[in-house]
Amino acid sequence: MAFKLDSKIPAGELAQKWSNHKAAIKVVSPANKRKLDIIVVGTGLGGASAAASLSELGYNVKIFCIQDSPRRAHSIAAQGGINAAKNYQNDNDSVYRLYYDTIKGGDYRAREANVYRLAEVSNLIIDQCVAQGVPFAREYGGLLANRSFGGAQVSRTFYARGQTGQQLLLGAYAALNKEIATGHVTSYTRHEMLDIVLDDKTGEACGIIARNLVTGEIERHGAHAVVIATGGYGNVFFLSTNAMASNGSAAFQCYRKGAGFANPCFTQIHPTCIPVHGTQQSKLTLMSESLRNDGRIWVPKKLEDVEALRKGTLKPSEIAEEDRDYYLERRYPAFGNLVPRDVASRAAKERCDAGYGVNETGLAVFLDFKTAIAVHGKEVIEKRYGNLFDMYKEITDVNPYDEPMQIFPAVHYTMGGIWVDYNLMTTIPGLYAIGEANFSDHGANRLGASALMQGLADGYFVLPYTIGDYLSKKIQAPKVATDTPAFDAAEKAVKEKIAKLLSINGSRSVDDIHRQLGLIMWDNVGMARTKESLEKAIVEIAALRKEFWKDVKVVGTADSFNVELEKALRLADFLELGELMARDALNREESCGGHFRSEHQTAEGEALRHDVEFAYAAVWEYKGMDEAPELTKEDLTYEFTHRAQRNYKD
Amino acid sequence: MNFTLKIWRQRDAHSKGEFKEYKVTDISSDTSFLEMLDILNNDLVHKGEEPVAFDHDCREGICGMCSLHIDGHAHGPSQAVTTCQIYMRQFKDGATITIEPWRSAAFPVIRDLVVNRNAYDQILQAGGYVSVRTNSVPDGNAIPIPQADAEESMDAAACVGCGACAATCKNGSAMLFVAARVSSLAKLPQGRVEGARRAKAMVAKMDELGFGNCTNTGACQAECPKGISIAHIARLNREFLCAKLKD
Amino acid sequence: MGCFLTNSSLGRKLVMSISGCFLVLFLLFHMAMNVVALISGEAYNMICGFLGANWYALVGTAVLALGVLVHFVYAFILTYQNRKARGNVRYAVTVTEKGVDWASKNMLVLGVIVILGLALHMTHFWSKMMLVELMGEHTNGLGYSPTDGAALIQYTFSQWYNVVLYLVWFAALWLHLNHGVWSMLQTVGWANDTWLPRIKCIAKLVSGVIFLGFAAVVVVFFIKSNCCCC
Repeated sequence: MAFKLDSKIPAGELAQKWSNHKAAIKVVSPANKRKLDIIVVGTGLGGASAAASLSELGYNVKIFCIQDSPRRAHSIAAQGGINAAKNYQNDNDSVYRLYYDTIKGGDYRAREANVYRLAEVSNLIIDQCVAQGVPFAREYGGLLANRSFGGAQVSRTFYARGQTGQQLLLGAYAALNKEIATGHVTSYTRHEMLDIVLDDKTGEACGIIARNLVTGEIERHGAHAVVIATGGYGNVFFLSTNAMASNGSAAFQCYRKGAGFANPCFTQIHPTCIPVHGTQQSKLTLMSESLRNDGRIWVPKKLEDVEALRKGTLKPSEIAEEDRDYYLERRYPAFGNLVPRDVASRAAKERCDAGYGVNETGLAVFLDFKTAIAVHGKEVIEKRYGNLFDMYKEITDVNPYDEPMQIFPAVHYTMGGIWVDYNLMTTIPGLYAIGEANFSDHGANRLGASALMQGLADGYFVLPYTIGDYLSKKIQAPKVATDTPAFDAAEKAVKEKIAKLLSINGSRSVDDIHRQLGLIMWDNVGMARTKESLEKAIVEIAALRKEFWKDVKVVGTADSFNVELEKALRLADFLELGELMARDALNREESCGGHFRSEHQTAEGEALRHDVEFAYAAVWEYKGMDEAPELTKEDLTYEFTHRAQRNYKD
Repeated sequence: MNFTLKIWRQRDAHSKGEFKEYKVTDISSDTSFLEMLDILNNDLVHKGEEPVAFDHDCREGICGMCSLHIDGHAHGPSQAVTTCQIYMRQFKDGATITIEPWRSAAFPVIRDLVVNRNAYDQILQAGGYVSVRTNSVPDGNAIPIPQADAEESMDAAACVGCGACAATCKNGSAMLFVAARVSSLAKLPQGRVEGARRAKAMVAKMDELGFGNCTNTGACQAECPKGISIAHIARLNREFLCAKLKD
Repeated sequence: MGCFLTNSSLGRKLVMSISGCFLVLFLLFHMAMNVVALISGEAYNMICGFLGANWYALVGTAVLALGVLVHFVYAFILTYQNRKARGNVRYAVTVTEKGVDWASKNMLVLGVIVILGLALHMTHFWSKMMLVELMGEHTNGLGYSPTDGAALIQYTFSQWYNVVLYLVWFAALWLHLNHGVWSMLQTVGWANDTWLPRIKCIAKLVSGVIFLGFAAVVVVFFIKSNCCCC
């Protein structure tokens, strides 16, 4: 049974759609809001801002996070900034230009209406955050400062040093704290959602099953609507820039229970990460994209220089200017080092594949500040990037003021996610997905400084309106009872799954298997994919999944603080999600954004889209652990924007 | 590199804990401290033992989750970094490294090296915010803020809420944490509006939760992974006393 | 508002700060007076006479005693609370953090030494001067007039063990003030990143002057009475 997808895109002119829609949807009166309960899972920018805003409106909100405090969510690690179409720099920015850059950056695989709405509310976000006391960078005149970012030719990125994500999250967290203090928000920290519960009769979302991570207790929580704000699933690759505990499990439970999962193969590989060293690494570190504002990316022109670098007989700073290949500036004169992330990552891979990688593994390129220091002086560069330079030195023991940084692409963000309509509701009534957890706004590639924008747009300015349209039908509904057969069944299934994992007592640790999954994913479903590699991945992942369920070793007990059990539960889902990603990538016989099928490229090696066949969102329906999922297509109709071949050359 | 680790093991909040010794071998000098613990834990799992529980998440020094007391220092021997930003090259080969959880009455141990820092959340819930509703705000550039003020506010806002200050303080005082929030908002016109109320409420909550009295030793500042200055504590004192004198 | 001085950690700190400030001012005055004894015994005795059993001196003494008492009692209350806040299980490994003064972590120990020194000092001087006057006597146990402070100084510091005890006392006081003076200013909120180093410098000056002033009197009188050539 395929999905009947209704994206609920309102009619009318692009710029009028959101206003028209807001006018058309229903609202809930203050007295009725007090009777309605909402569960928000995840407390990053999306979850925290949504929970705070919903509570301000009068709803009763329960929030769940796996860390010890909402403030730990991985939104906090975003460094560079947040985009908004304020045009404070007078460089001819506008809502339309931000919309256009975003939809073009996403390689025309996002909905026009969603992206336009995102650009439209971007300005409100800045106002909101300033009012909350977010200490954005300012000019001497006291007004807000901006910096430029990849994929844009205007300066529209607002920032707070290299800690913008942290400051925005602390703003949203403060708003949340304000509401917790009023008693309208109840906070459940160190709690992990293990299942979503659907009403037996109506099929609507009516609660969740959560595990108290301290005591191991399995809890039931009922609500009139559930919001998933649990971020992305990049950790399927084991090594990524995501936090260690970031996982795809909450989203995956929704998928398992019938929510469509859209474009799972759209993964962003970030170009500026610190290269992998050794085989025992657990986590990759991102260097902010803002470094590309002043840093120039290069590899040597001569292979003998590469050899000498690897042997350690030559220092990068000793290589003459004319022997350096600033390949981004060479290939993309108009955008240079500021091309979008997918383009920069692929270009780095192209050079490394050609044998020009500058470290022992051959998987690194240089990011050089020599020119910037010569032009602006060391102090200016230190002021702009001092903390990032220090961080780099701590990790690598190399001083980036003297020698260029080494960088290499790494998994960073997942554009794919739970399918949602214009109201951010999934295919399950009453179940919403916001932020990175949904698929809606970034198409096949996300521009820098847009993740923060989307999380806060959804949480502050979209969901609080659109959820009312659904909840207006619930004003007569009583409190959701949790002693129903639906809850019984969900709790039983969760407990059985935990008992099963603990009883296998095999020979392989969770991390061993996860590391192996990561290698399969990186080699076959990574920066460049082919039909063969994807078919291979599907077979290998299925085999690994079987091995996991037969041979994993999970120590400890169910009724205690048990990190191994938490990891095992998450890995069980990654082992299915990885296969789903490979299947989606196999289905999409084109290259677009972060999805690059080697069979589909232009003569110059750029991504080659096939708009006629693939201008759709691929929405997958779960059919069982070892069954192939079913595909439903949501056609992406472009009424207002011409889909061009992306061009960052001129 | 090889190391001997003396690690605090404690089953749960109610059990008595003790130090246990472990050996880790063949560690690359580029390995981070937490990766070294990952390696130890993987070995323990293979042996069928329960791994050492420790808090960590972003591993980029920003989430504030990691919280180890290493050889007498919160976040280890390096200055101005979190535990996750320590690398094994900073230790001598063959060294014995003692790893303890935060010790403070307000941060009870949950398991091994994991403590409950909920008290910090509660302090912020008492007043660590600006009371504005979503969407009822003026334009971002409506109020110019001198760059120096914004920068000073940002200095304080860099706090990651890891708890190292209270864990280090011989008095178990949370003043640096409270001061960072109060001071950050006090430097901005948006935060000034309810500055007096905020300072009083947050200090009262801090006292209620059993944190100690600040005696200005400056140990918190020395161990703060973000190098937050105790000058912010002076500003909190000022804010609080002015507010009280007006009552 | 009265209650925040006892209920609130910052209020209690304010009490420590204000009472401490008062004691520092007294010490500065006392030190200045002692230094006069170096120049002229007569002038010193004149001041002693002026501060004899007069109502203003008595009130001053009472207030002073109260200040010491408050500072002392609060110190114990704060220390008790702070130990409780630290929890039952202590760190197995402890270090002195970079840039942290030893004195700042040992204010109670230093304070107790100061109090013991004070007790000694009271038996040496106050009991033989103001107390004698209060009792209506005209000579003290040593046979001096209660207003002849100079003679009493001469007598006390001719004995080497008193000199050693007093110097230990002053050293403890010096360390206590080294931290106490800037801490007092920090507590009332007089610090920012610019002024923090400055008030630390002021604290070093004040504590140094107090130490040197007191110590000089003791040392000079010891040398005077034990060196035949003076």
